[in-house]
Amino acid sequence: MKQLMLGNQAFARGLYEAGCSFVSSYPGTPSTEVTEEIAKYDEIYSEWAPNEKVAMEAAFGACLAGKRSFCGMKHVGLNVAADPLYTCSYTGVNAGMVICVADDAGMHSSQNEQDSRHHAIAAKVPMIEPSDSAEALLFAKLAYELSEEYDTPVIMKMCTRVAHSQSVVDPGERVMPAEKPYEKNIAKYVMMPGNAIKRHPFVEERMKKLAEYGNDCPFNRVEMGDTSIGIICDSTSYMYVKEVFGEKASILKIGLINPLPTDIIKDFASKVEKLVVVEELDPIIETHCKQLGLEVTGKDAFPICGEFSQNMIAEEVGMPVPECVKRDEALPVRPPVMCAGCPHRGMFYTLSKNKTTVLGDIGCYTLGAVAPLNSIEMTLCMGASISATHGFNKAQGKESEGKTVAVIGDSTFMHSGMTGLANIAYNQSNSTVIILDNSITGMTGHQQNPTTGFNIKGDPAGKIDLEALCHAMGINRVAVVDPYDLAACDKVLKEELAAEEPSVIISRRPCALLKTVKHKKPLIADSAKCVGCKSCMKIGCPAISMKNGKAAIDTTLCVGCGVCQQLCKLDALKAGEE
Amino acid sequence: MTKNVMIVGVGGQGSLLASKLLGHLLLQEGYDVKVSEVHGMSQRGGSVVTYVRFGEKVYSPVIDKGSADFIVSFEQLEAARYLEYLKKGGRIVTNIQQIDPMPVIIGAMSYPENLIEKMKEKGAEVDAMDCLSLAEQAGTSKAVNIVLMGRLSKYFDIPEEKWIEAIKQLVPQKVVDINLKAFALGRA
Repeated sequence: MKQLMLGNQAFARGLYEAGCSFVSSYPGTPSTEVTEEIAKYDEIYSEWAPNEKVAMEAAFGACLAGKRSFCGMKHVGLNVAADPLYTCSYTGVNAGMVICVADDAGMHSSQNEQDSRHHAIAAKVPMIEPSDSAEALLFAKLAYELSEEYDTPVIMKMCTRVAHSQSVVDPGERVMPAEKPYEKNIAKYVMMPGNAIKRHPFVEERMKKLAEYGNDCPFNRVEMGDTSIGIICDSTSYMYVKEVFGEKASILKIGLINPLPTDIIKDFASKVEKLVVVEELDPIIETHCKQLGLEVTGKDAFPICGEFSQNMIAEEVGMPVPECVKRDEALPVRPPVMCAGCPHRGMFYTLSKNKTTVLGDIGCYTLGAVAPLNSIEMTLCMGASISATHGFNKAQGKESEGKTVAVIGDSTFMHSGMTGLANIAYNQSNSTVIILDNSITGMTGHQQNPTTGFNIKGDPAGKIDLEALCHAMGINRVAVVDPYDLAACDKVLKEELAAEEPSVIISRRPCALLKTVKHKKPLIADSAKCVGCKSCMKIGCPAISMKNGKAAIDTTLCVGCGVCQQLCKLDALKAGEE
Repeated sequence: MTKNVMIVGVGGQGSLLASKLLGHLLLQEGYDVKVSEVHGMSQRGGSVVTYVRFGEKVYSPVIDKGSADFIVSFEQLEAARYLEYLKKGGRIVTNIQQIDPMPVIIGAMSYPENLIEKMKEKGAEVDAMDCLSLAEQAGTSKAVNIVLMGRLSKYFDIPEEKWIEAIKQLVPQKVVDINLKAFALGRA
């Protein structure tokens, strides 16, 4: 029966129907829902891995063992998993292996706007790109056939607009593939120089064959219309182009983005008067066309930065766009904020108050960089807070050691913070690391991780003890503090910064949005006592505002955490009656 | 002809259920439908927007400026923020609730005044109502989304029973009655 599905959900359905049996992923917007949907199928083993590299290696092991496997990640996650990717390109697969990478043009929820197609080109593996949910389902199934026929992992690239848009799909049944028993094959699977030297030519030959396959395959198609303009496009750009042109242009839709075909492009170019490439981010199809000697309009008209839309494309090609009302008033922006009751807030307030230099990491707590806390001074990539703090302290010595900290979440610490901590323990910098342990992977929508004690299905699982882990790694000073207790936070921060050795502070309280967390009644602001000093506003809680010069509590948001109460010297914020 | 509905609000207000209901209903009515959502960091109390498009054949998943037939807003300022997206002659259905954004909370800016009137002056048809009170009247402040859907339903050529049926299919059994009441209050 036809139904609406998110692109990511349809991707998961395609994996299911293709007989995928093993899934290991690390969450990352906009890729997360593929694996969350997979976890609903009991026929498939699924798990959250500590990071993308581990996930890809696990998926590789499973395909080696003879099961169709999958791993999913966001664009920057593929950087972490690049190491296994570039070499499993050489080994190839046994049963099929599919990798999801989800790009985020427009950076809705990412730290950069990299174009993952470069990884497919550099790793020499095929990459396919659907443009809606129906294609996501179909392409996921075809990906396994491609993987097994060409002996290669296959990357299916999503983007925010395909991953997070619902469109109509018609799901089918699960069909299990033929068995692929594991066979020992040292020459194929042990990538030491003598063997890898022999595999490299196979990779080159494979990509040539795939480029040939691209001329006549279910991923690429020509839709001839008006021939005065011919547009080559991929992914969601195809949808914008169709929206603008309908039949008024001829279109070559590319679904197999690596390797790009030659004959079909040359043939298409010969049939149209003007050739245009519409692709988000980098000029990859355009560069290919130029290498073929074709004259083409591409990034000279369309931007490299940001997402496309139908109006933007229409404007660039001189088509009319709808009139719109212009606002004449600058409106206050509404950036994302830490939620009311967020356990990170108390710690960031403490850091801000102590004028601590804070090197940050990737997660909800990156919001510690925005007003009024303005605490975090650097965010780079997963795990960088700890490694960079070490480098910062080694470079500045005593000057920074007593006032600099790394802040990192529990999930990010497991992902790639541990190696940075090993460096601190080993190379002995007098660094302080704060693990903001909110007992979940928050930003991506509450996924379990190795420190939570639960697996992807919410069943009890192995639980890594952070205190014991830090001790075992050679950190003698490990303190645990409740970030709702500002006095305790202040005390522990001062002590650990003053200590003449590496230390870890675990700031522990579960995410306020977790269903298992019980909230207190909203606080009550006593307008008779409040003098409007705004002390309570210093923590940037969205539940507190000033109304007629007095503090007011939004009772639909306040969870009664009490952090603001500790800032009020006049006792004007009272606990709600239970 | 593709019709465009934008659902806007503050992250966490429940716009995903509203778009799910609308998408589900329109699909049952035989339309091609696309719904585009925002997940991740943008959801944390920030300005959020969901696009619902339907028609014989829908291509783009997003709605562009000057194209929305309806803007359904959970909050006044957010309705004003997306005014440029409204089609000429389009309609805004908005909750009159005001939620201060961070620049207002920290005192850097003030919450703009008379937004509803200003939007009307710009030529928009504005249907503003106190959805929060109606939702509370129905039994929970969380039902603002369904109150809004109730009001939006008045402008759709789809029988009321179909909306009610869709709500019954999509919300958990124990809150069906509250949501049906919220829908009726919004539609009244």
